Amino acid sequence: MYKIVKKQELNPTVTLMSIEAPMVARKALAGQFIILRVDEDGERIPLTIAGYDRTAGTVDIIYQVVGGTTIKLNHKKQGEYIQDFAGPLGKPTEIEGLKKVCVVGGGVGNAIAFPIVKALHEQGSEVTAIVGFKNKDLVILEDEFRANSDNLILVTDDGSYGEKGMVTDPLKKLLESGEKFDQVITIGPIIMMKFVTKTVEPSGIPCIVSMSPIMVDGTGMCGGCRLTVGGETKFACVDGPDFDGYKVDFDEAIGRGSMYKIFETHKREEACNLYKEV
Amino acid sequence: MANMSLIKNPMPSQDPIERAKNFKEVATGYTKEMALDEAARCLNCKNKPCTNGCPVQISIPDFIAKVAAEDFEGAYEVISKSSSLPAVCGRVCPQENQCEKYCVRGIKGEPVGIGRLERFVADWHNANATAAPVKPESNGHKVAVIGSGPSGLTCAGDLAKKGYDVTVYEALHTAGGVLVYGIPEFRLPKAIVQKEVDGLKALGVKIETNTVIGKTVSVDELMSDEFGFEAVFIGSGAGLPMFMHIPGENLKGVYSANEFLTRINLMKAFREGSDTPILPLAGKKVAVVGGGNVAMDAARCSKRLGADVYVVYRRGMEELPARKEEVEHAIEEGIIFKTLNNPVSIKGNEEGYVSAIECIKMELGEPDASGRRSPVAVAGSEFDLDVDCVIMSLGTSPNPLIKSTTEGLETNKKGCIVADEAGKTSKPMVYAGGDAVTGAATVILAMGAGKTAAKAIDEALS
Repeated sequence: MYKIVKKQELNPTVTLMSIEAPMVARKALAGQFIILRVDEDGERIPLTIAGYDRTAGTVDIIYQVVGGTTIKLNHKKQGEYIQDFAGPLGKPTEIEGLKKVCVVGGGVGNAIAFPIVKALHEQGSEVTAIVGFKNKDLVILEDEFRANSDNLILVTDDGSYGEKGMVTDPLKKLLESGEKFDQVITIGPIIMMKFVTKTVEPSGIPCIVSMSPIMVDGTGMCGGCRLTVGGETKFACVDGPDFDGYKVDFDEAIGRGSMYKIFETHKREEACNLYKEV
Repeated sequence: MANMSLIKNPMPSQDPIERAKNFKEVATGYTKEMALDEAARCLNCKNKPCTNGCPVQISIPDFIAKVAAEDFEGAYEVISKSSSLPAVCGRVCPQENQCEKYCVRGIKGEPVGIGRLERFVADWHNANATAAPVKPESNGHKVAVIGSGPSGLTCAGDLAKKGYDVTVYEALHTAGGVLVYGIPEFRLPKAIVQKEVDGLKALGVKIETNTVIGKTVSVDELMSDEFGFEAVFIGSGAGLPMFMHIPGENLKGVYSANEFLTRINLMKAFREGSDTPILPLAGKKVAVVGGGNVAMDAARCSKRLGADVYVVYRRGMEELPARKEEVEHAIEEGIIFKTLNNPVSIKGNEEGYVSAIECIKMELGEPDASGRRSPVAVAGSEFDLDVDCVIMSLGTSPNPLIKSTTEGLETNKKGCIVADEAGKTSKPMVYAGGDAVTGAATVILAMGAGKTAAKAIDEALS
């Protein structure tokens, strides 16, 4: 059992938890993930590591309440325990030697973008962070991003905070104005990463994407997280989660990510009294 | 006077139509009367040909003699001298290729039902034994075991009995390895595996789940002062699934057998209340590609989820690598064998879900290196088999996580760890055994390797 030592709501649907897991904390690096199970009947779900404290032996996770398991997780209070917590899994984001980097995050993906921004900043890289959210209420980690980046561009879809638009808008402007980056790293919804990659492509700057497909074990055993990258089958859990954005078959990944969606919706409708006939 | 019946006492089983709808154990086990009757068929041969056919050298005629004398606990003691997991082996060992193959009674008629008797004895012990295992006195040596499958559990058990301080590291959340994620409940109830694991814990073995060696901790760290293990046994299995690399393999509804079975067996996706999803298969059609035991398990699980199931295999019925008993059970349960067919592509519908598997007909040509006649495609014979789900069961290879994070650990071209007969690897005080060394094989061979390595580790440390 793993103790929830801190629980903090970052916005109405996104929450941070610090989990006591010293064995994971001692090895964790930005870009890696963990697999957790809330309780005995729980599903194994992967969550990217949002931070860690090796001395305290804690690992931070940030999740958005979207369905089944995240609802269950969100019912747990500070001081309570979750059943299983395994990691760190996957390869860390490769940041060594990068001097000037643009990190593009979207929505809850910013929770994962942040530790990468922080790690880059700590090694002395010049970091431009472009972070996008739906609206002002959903903005997370603004102060943390500001403190760890040389240039922070915050956008919202509806313009209720920061610049109005998509993350690709300021990115395009920067690239067209001749900004040179060693690398663009993007984390967020697959569709966003697809368009970020398209936006970067004309510049020829390497673009790394962080994939988070459906997984079971997270150790290369099930193959459920397979993606097509450069025409080859890759397992996100052991070969990734970071991949060369130019080579990823995003449309296939979007499709595979929706495998259980319609069944899950049906299940919820069956269970929810609101859908039952009176 | 020996019982001279030419046939084995048949194994009582659930009715095929009934059992194809549930996940309860298919074979229900001998009654005491059946066990006594079967034990009386053993001729108690002096040269024990059966024992020589057993990878862990159980003294078979001796345990059967105890059964015949109604000393079931005595029989258990004989078996447990050589085997750590009798209740498991009595169920999943391919006895027809091992002990029973060499049984003298098999020359004229059927061999003695050794596996069935082993299971009877183990189940009797589990139901009736009262004496708690005694934790042996510590000898002060620390050994780490990587993986809690059959080889790891056996190695840990043997070392613990000798007083070693053993810690078993398991990547998943439950101990048992392939016994819990791979082999279905209806062939090997998980309560039996749990009982074996609890038995090891009673001997003082520590089990650390959720620990991925190569990620959470490396082999070198285990052997450093921080952890202080003097020897490491790697029994990490062969968990990496293979795919065919044909078009459509990444459509929604294509699983590796590993994923499909893990969702069902480890995550209990078949059970109401489990959070783990699986494609709803009631009234759907499933094609399982492959002909091994794992393919049979995947096919029979699909059937239990309510699907009509095809097994698509490129050779003929005779060449199926699965145990005969498994194939027979599958046929009884209504699984349709589409042998001499090879998949060419998988087709999807507009939503990206599987709608058909395109196959080509095959004929058998000349025998290949393995002695099996190799299949040759019949030109222009492609056809579509309408299915909603495809399960790829083409075999597995060792997981590269440990290899890639352990310096000085030699592996071969197939990714298998190189180890000598005693399980010694190229790295000092690191031993390995089971599927991680041989590639996918059987539970009993893995157990045998765990046993051999435990002996070698004991010799090296004492």
